[in-house]
Formats: sequence, C-alpha cells, structure tokens
Amino acid sequence: MSNLTEIRWHGRGGQGAKTAALLLADVAFQTGKYVQGFPEYGPERMGAPITAYNRISDTVIRVHSNIYNPQYVVVVDESLLEAVDVTSGLKKDGAILVNTQRTKEEIIPHLRGYEGKVYIIDAHKVSLATMGKYFPNTPMLAAIVKVAGIMEEETFLREMRASFNHKFAGKPEVIDGNMQALKMAFQEVQ
Amino acid sequence: MAKRDRLSGNEAVAIALRQINPDVFPAFPITPSTEIPQYFASFVANGLVDTEFIPVESEHSSMSAAIGASAAGARSLTATSSCGLAYMWEELYIAASNRLPLALALVNRALSGPININCDHSDSMGARDAGWIQIYAENNQEAYDNMVQAYRISEHKDVRLPIMICQDGFITSHAVENIELLEDEEVKNFVGEYCPENYLLNPECPMAVGPYSITDYYMEAKRNQAEGMKNVKQVVLDVAKEFAQLSGREYGLFEAYRLEDADRAVVMIGSAAGTTKDAIDRLRENGEKVGLLKIRLYRPFPAEEIAKALSGVKAVAVMDRAEGYSNQGGPLGADVMAALFRARSNAFAVNYIYGLGGRDVRVEDMEGVFADLKQIIEDGDAGETYRYLGIRE
Repeated sequence: MSNLTEIRWHGRGGQGAKTAALLLADVAFQTGKYVQGFPEYGPERMGAPITAYNRISDTVIRVHSNIYNPQYVVVVDESLLEAVDVTSGLKKDGAILVNTQRTKEEIIPHLRGYEGKVYIIDAHKVSLATMGKYFPNTPMLAAIVKVAGIMEEETFLREMRASFNHKFAGKPEVIDGNMQALKMAFQEVQ
Repeated sequence: MAKRDRLSGNEAVAIALRQINPDVFPAFPITPSTEIPQYFASFVANGLVDTEFIPVESEHSSMSAAIGASAAGARSLTATSSCGLAYMWEELYIAASNRLPLALALVNRALSGPININCDHSDSMGARDAGWIQIYAENNQEAYDNMVQAYRISEHKDVRLPIMICQDGFITSHAVENIELLEDEEVKNFVGEYCPENYLLNPECPMAVGPYSITDYYMEAKRNQAEGMKNVKQVVLDVAKEFAQLSGREYGLFEAYRLEDADRAVVMIGSAAGTTKDAIDRLRENGEKVGLLKIRLYRPFPAEEIAKALSGVKAVAVMDRAEGYSNQGGPLGADVMAALFRARSNAFAVNYIYGLGGRDVRVEDMEGVFADLKQIIEDGDAGETYRYLGIRE
C-alpha cells in the first residue's frame, strides 16, 4: 500500500504527543483521507515515555496493531533519544524529526546510525515565543505536517483553526497563540 | 443523510447515546471507559439530552441504579471496564433474571492482576454466563452501530434481556478513526420510545420485582430466561436488516470474510479481526485459501450457524483474548469446538490465547497462525490444541 503514511510519536506523559497525534488524524481527515490516531500507554503518569501513532491512507484502514516500520518518527522530547530506540524500524527513505535546541550535526550521532533524513526544530523557542509556556506538541504537529508533506500550509492552518475553535471552545484566548505556534513552526523546521 | 466524521470509539458510543437520549445513566469512572460518561455528562450539562445522569460511588451502585431505573420503567444504562464489571457481578445476574432490558457500554480491559489497563476480553468473558446478550465490535463504526441497535434487541418483547455492547479498550476506544454517523432524527426514530408492558411505577398494575423464589419456582424462572435468550438470534437479524435499510451497513450474527472457499479459517472477536483481514488479503494474493469468521453476537452463541459457515474448512484456529484456565484453552475455543463437534465436523481445531493485557497483534502474527494451520493440514495432526500466540518463552 504505497499510499499509506505511518507516523510514530515519542513523547513523555503530559507533553501532548497523544493529543498531537489525534489532531493530526483530525486535519488529515479533513483532506478526505482515511485516518487513525491512537496512543500506546505504559504507566499512566507524567513524564513516563509514551508512544502514539498515525496512519493516513487513501483506502480504508483495517489493521489495529501498533506501527513497527514507520516512514516518520517524531521525537517530542530529546531526552528519549537515550532512553528509547526511537529509530527502531524507521524506514531509510523516511525521516526523523527531533525537538531540540542543538544542531542537526549534534543530534545525528544519537540516532544509532539512522541513515535517512533528519529534521530538527526548537519547539521550546517556538512555544515560548508564541504561547508563553512550553507546549511542544503544537509546533511538532506543524513541523511533521511540513516534513511529511501531508498538506499545504494554507489548508493546514485553516483546518487547525477550525479544530482549535472546537477543542478550545471553553478557553478561546489560547487559540491565537496556538495558531502562531503552528505558523512559526512551519518556518523554523529545518 | 449520513455524516462523515472521525471519532474515537468512546466518543462514537457517547454520541450514539446522545442520539438515543436514554432516561437514566448512572456512572462511575474506570479506564478505559471513563470518557463515555464524561462526554455524556457534557451533553447533559449542555442540555442536549434530558437524561437523569447519576454520578455514583461505585460500579456496584451504578449497575444497581440502572437496574432500579429499568425496573421502574425507564430506559437505562451504564458504562464500565474490567474491575468495574467485576464489581457489578451480583447485579449482572439480577438485571438478567428480572428480564430488565438495560444496556451496558463495556470497554474491554484486562482484569487484575497484574494490574493492567489495556485490552483483553477477560472482563466480559467472565460475565458470559450471567444471562446478558453480548455483542462485540471490530472498530469504532461497529461500536456505534451496535449501540444504536442495542435497545431494539434488548427491549423486544420476545427477548427482554440486558445487553452488553463491547469494544476493545484503547485499541478502538481511544483510537480516532473515520466513521459515518446517522442523523439524530434517524436514530431517534429507529430506536423509538420505550413502552414497557409491566413496570414497578405503574399504579394500574402493582407488581413485585426481584422477590424471593422458592425451589418450586426458581428453575422455571431460569428456564424462562433461557427462552428469552433463544429468541435473541432472530431479533438480532431482524433489527440488523432494518438497520441496513437505514444505514447501508449490514450486520449478522457474525461476519464471514473470504470464508466461502477457504480451507483454513480463523475465528475471533474484536479489533484484531481487522488486522486478520489484512493478513488474509496478503495470503490470498499468493493463492492461499484463508478466511475469517468474526463473532458479533457471542451470547447467545450462534453455534449451528457458525458450524455451518465453517463446514468447508479443513483447519480452524480459534482465537481467545482471555484465559479460561481449563488447561484446554479459552471460552471461545470451548464454544466453537463444541459447535463443531455437534455438527460432526472433521476439521482440525486449535485454540490460541492471544493479546492478553493489550499484547499487540500484528498482521505477521496472523499470517503465522495461518501457516500453523497449513502445517496441521499437511501433518494430518492438530498437535497441541492449546497454544499461546506471541508469548516470550
């Protein structure tokens, strides 16, 4: 199935990796795709490593297993590079996206010999600049949409605003910051 | 008009319940079913339903309150998982023996211990003899569709039994997938008003609910329950037929996937059936005649129909997502093998325990099961019939 995109998210409990995966499923659905977004929980506590997954396809998705050979891996917390084998099964013609304040050259030696493309973004900087607090998942969401070419920036931003309007109906004051974070992340990912 | 959406399994069931607008919903939270009452509570708060939502202090109480409401003449339900269901044990039997057509949205999760929050079927399988109708889903769409059909089955005058609508914890309950929803009005009309013939709060006809039964009557009462259960199959089929006219989605007692000409078959329940379908398609590309029988209605058990659907196969693997500790395999294995024996089947049958506590099931795992069946046919010997899939030795 060449039209199937599989993404694996690595984060820590509380950073919103699961929410980001669900939002990605949300926006991909808006473009007419079949989608899956689901978490894999270990111990339910803040800070524990968690994994979340996305499948995006032109055809119906029936499989209900985790993803072992993703095209893309998103690392929301770079301390996981040492704790978890984040590149396990990652396809060589795919890519890994890491949230870091370091340079690409500094990150590559920590990827256990991964030969595919490496992208980085400083989600900390983006988050503080736009939302005033550290919510890495919003910038990481925009960054993976760009890296994986899931949709055009304009479409993405339009659909995300609709999603945020729904998700943050109770606290509309956070919507603008989140939207700015998405826009900035689109520029910052490298 | 159907509405295309993307929802988690829990949200899908909560929306079905909003559309049904039941009278009484007592609830106590437990992972992974918590979101169902959580979403529903927001519907209540926002005035989208006029259900009496009762936050209670335990699952023993949530089921008791649902029973009380149902006996009084209301359409009631609750939701739970795992140890929550275990804590309702006594009440499950009370609901069924009083012929109360209430619903339980069950999100399957392993029973302790070791403590585990992930999916297996040990909770509902343990309750399989409680006298409840049990219907299972492969995905969010089926969880939603089954919930919409639930009351039509359980409230039917030939049935009048409680119904458990089951889905796999996290795997479907917390996974966002594409789904088609019916319009609110369509669901409302399909489900209809609940008009019980007899109920506690009817001043015209005073009655007792749940009285003591002396030995002289107890056995007849139980036999009556079994009669209600006997009628379930036909009602499930009738309701499914009507539902298909409304939604275009067809349901039966089970789903036979590429089974017609298969020489090897897997029988299973729940979300791993979708994964198995992918394995089947891959193997079929190489000319292998493999198929799936996915159970939808597990209680009552459609044994004759299942045996008939499997009559052409040479080898069957029955997959249990629960242990039975019989040293023979799991509950579905026992039921399917008994069905095959009664039908004088000559097929080889083996029983796998799989997916306990959320252990992942991959397409490759299911290809391996079909390879095992191929070997069994070649050997002319089933070998060990009680097996574990994906266990680390």
